[in-house]
Amino acid sequence: MDAVPPVSIAESLVQAQLPKLTARRCNVFYGAKQALFDVDIDILPNQITAFIGPSGCGKSTFLRCFNRMNDTIDICRVSGDLRLDGEDIYSRDIDVVQLRARIGMVFQKPNPFPKSIAENVAYGPKIHGLVSSKSEIEAIIQTSLEKAGLWNEVKDRLQEPGTGLSGGQQQRLCIARAIAVSPEVILMDEPCSALDPIATAKIEELMDELRQHYTLIIVTHSMQQAARVSQKTAFFHLGKLIEYGDTEQIFTAPKDEKTQGYITGRFG
Amino acid sequence: MTDARSAFIPSEQQRRLVARGIRRRRRAEWRFQLYGIVAIVFAVMMLGFLLVSVVSEGWSAFLQTNITLEVALPKDEIDPDDKGAEAIGGANFQALIEDALFKKLGAQGRDDEQLAARMLSAGSDTVLRNLVLASPALIGKSAVITIPANSDIDMAYKGRIRRSVREQDRQVKDKQFQWIDALATEGALRQSFNWRFFALGDSNEPELAGILGALSGSAYTMLVTLLLCFPVGVSAAIYLEEFAPKNRVTDLVEVNINNLAAVPSIVFGLLGLAVFLNFFGLPRSAPLVGGMVMSLLVLPTIIIATRASLKAVPPSIREAAYGLGASKMQVITHHVLPLAMPGVLTGTIIGMAHALGETAPLLMIGMKAFIAAPPVSPLDPATALPAQVFIWADKPERGFQEKTAAAIIVLLVFLVMMNALAVYLRRKFERRW
Repeated sequence: MDAVPPVSIAESLVQAQLPKLTARRCNVFYGAKQALFDVDIDILPNQITAFIGPSGCGKSTFLRCFNRMNDTIDICRVSGDLRLDGEDIYSRDIDVVQLRARIGMVFQKPNPFPKSIAENVAYGPKIHGLVSSKSEIEAIIQTSLEKAGLWNEVKDRLQEPGTGLSGGQQQRLCIARAIAVSPEVILMDEPCSALDPIATAKIEELMDELRQHYTLIIVTHSMQQAARVSQKTAFFHLGKLIEYGDTEQIFTAPKDEKTQGYITGRFG
Repeated sequence: MTDARSAFIPSEQQRRLVARGIRRRRRAEWRFQLYGIVAIVFAVMMLGFLLVSVVSEGWSAFLQTNITLEVALPKDEIDPDDKGAEAIGGANFQALIEDALFKKLGAQGRDDEQLAARMLSAGSDTVLRNLVLASPALIGKSAVITIPANSDIDMAYKGRIRRSVREQDRQVKDKQFQWIDALATEGALRQSFNWRFFALGDSNEPELAGILGALSGSAYTMLVTLLLCFPVGVSAAIYLEEFAPKNRVTDLVEVNINNLAAVPSIVFGLLGLAVFLNFFGLPRSAPLVGGMVMSLLVLPTIIIATRASLKAVPPSIREAAYGLGASKMQVITHHVLPLAMPGVLTGTIIGMAHALGETAPLLMIGMKAFIAAPPVSPLDPATALPAQVFIWADKPERGFQEKTAAAIIVLLVFLVMMNALAVYLRRKFERRW
């Protein structure tokens, strides 16, 4: 490792907060190709952490390590020590289903199920057995949609297909769907890249509200977005974590040359 | 600077070149459309020829010429010793009917009587016997019965045997034509809907041959095929597509499944003969075995179609479900399979339609046999619609020609009904994105 200052646990303890997620020496391989090299990071609770970096730098790959979405790719192999509240995410005792209920995910392209809005939100709680009665389901649908800021727009048409909503609404529906299983962490993989500026603004506003209850990690290509919404920013380049720190510091006084280059638009 | 700029302003020559290019592209497009239209017109014409020829040949098989006769039922001929049903069963009703006909036609002498008797169907006595068995009180009186005319008479009345042909070259003689005219004007000879065609099995007499045996044979075969190959095919496809590791063994399995789709169907028939009949000792000519052989034939089609439609489900839907913590099985049963269902059904119905029309494997397992009694279970001997077409097409009697065409019509209607069901199911399962 070159000039990257290691993120110490002591640093986080200064803020009197234990990290929600930690990664130590995380390496990811796609077949023979290594996509991530020895990434160490501590993600603090109730904060928004932004992963930035040029395309193909491994930020999405790294994000997907936390809820083991890389498991679904046959040729993908993850090594290293990743923990959620000190529990090893990749240990044999961890049930992936349980893990993904605790760490929700929102994807780049809005991907509601081709079912009704209500069914979309209720699906997660149903498969995890969180709800039994009809009134419970209705309550969870309402609170989730409210938290996602979508309730007022869709309350009269819950039985209509989720795919009939606009792009921004679909993405908020996906957020509602993720919230419905009461996760602790929400991973967002470029959640606004397919949306127009107004829908983006709504999602960003929503993310700031969600911060009160959840830990958020967002992968984004927009540096303005990272600067606007996040408290911490991590800059990735060619599979390595180059710099990680407070967003303000990263954008005003980056310590690394490459970070400087990227945020000033000299490459990437 | 001026040079660089002039490169972006098209010269007169460039503009002409572009215009010519556009004309050429439009012509190419127009030509291509023309090819398409010609191809479609040709295909529709061929389909039209097929349908017109089959229907024009076969529609008359749905009508049958019947003769209405008043037959005397003297007690001393039928049941002289009051033995009841036993005597009725043994009585010579054919002779009674013939007598009634001779009297009606005024036929006298051996030649005339022979010609007159040949106007009746071989099955006439059964009609009268059943009537008398049902109401023995008729004995000693007379009864009016309607019996099918012999197939030759039927053909003559329908105009399929022409009077213009020399007498010695045709089955129906001049005298018989006179009788036909006489009976027709009197109203005793009349065409009506041929319910026997749908109520009886095969027969050597064209006027008594029905499609029911082949129809129910085909229905049982299709049922067995569907029950076997749909669950097996869909599960195999799901396993191969979603669960199986990608290695040498699964590659080999995949290659073999694809090859299986191209194996000539008679080979499956041979396999059915060797394995199902000889080794397992299953009954010959049974729709059960037919269905088993057909499901081998249809399996590759279903597996390939199912895998293709599973593959076509957008990965974003899988990701969404996985991201919520759905297990692999839940992802498949809740999301992937319902979305793939229209494709699965299309594949299944293509396979089933293929199986419905398939004849070669049936020959090997004995489903191309003369079987008079319609099957009542998948274990009874039966034949199938295409095999029935084959059997009737082979027969020399003129009457079987229209029956063959009629069997083809029934086969096509069966097929259309199956497809309609598939379209309905597909509509039902289809979801908008």
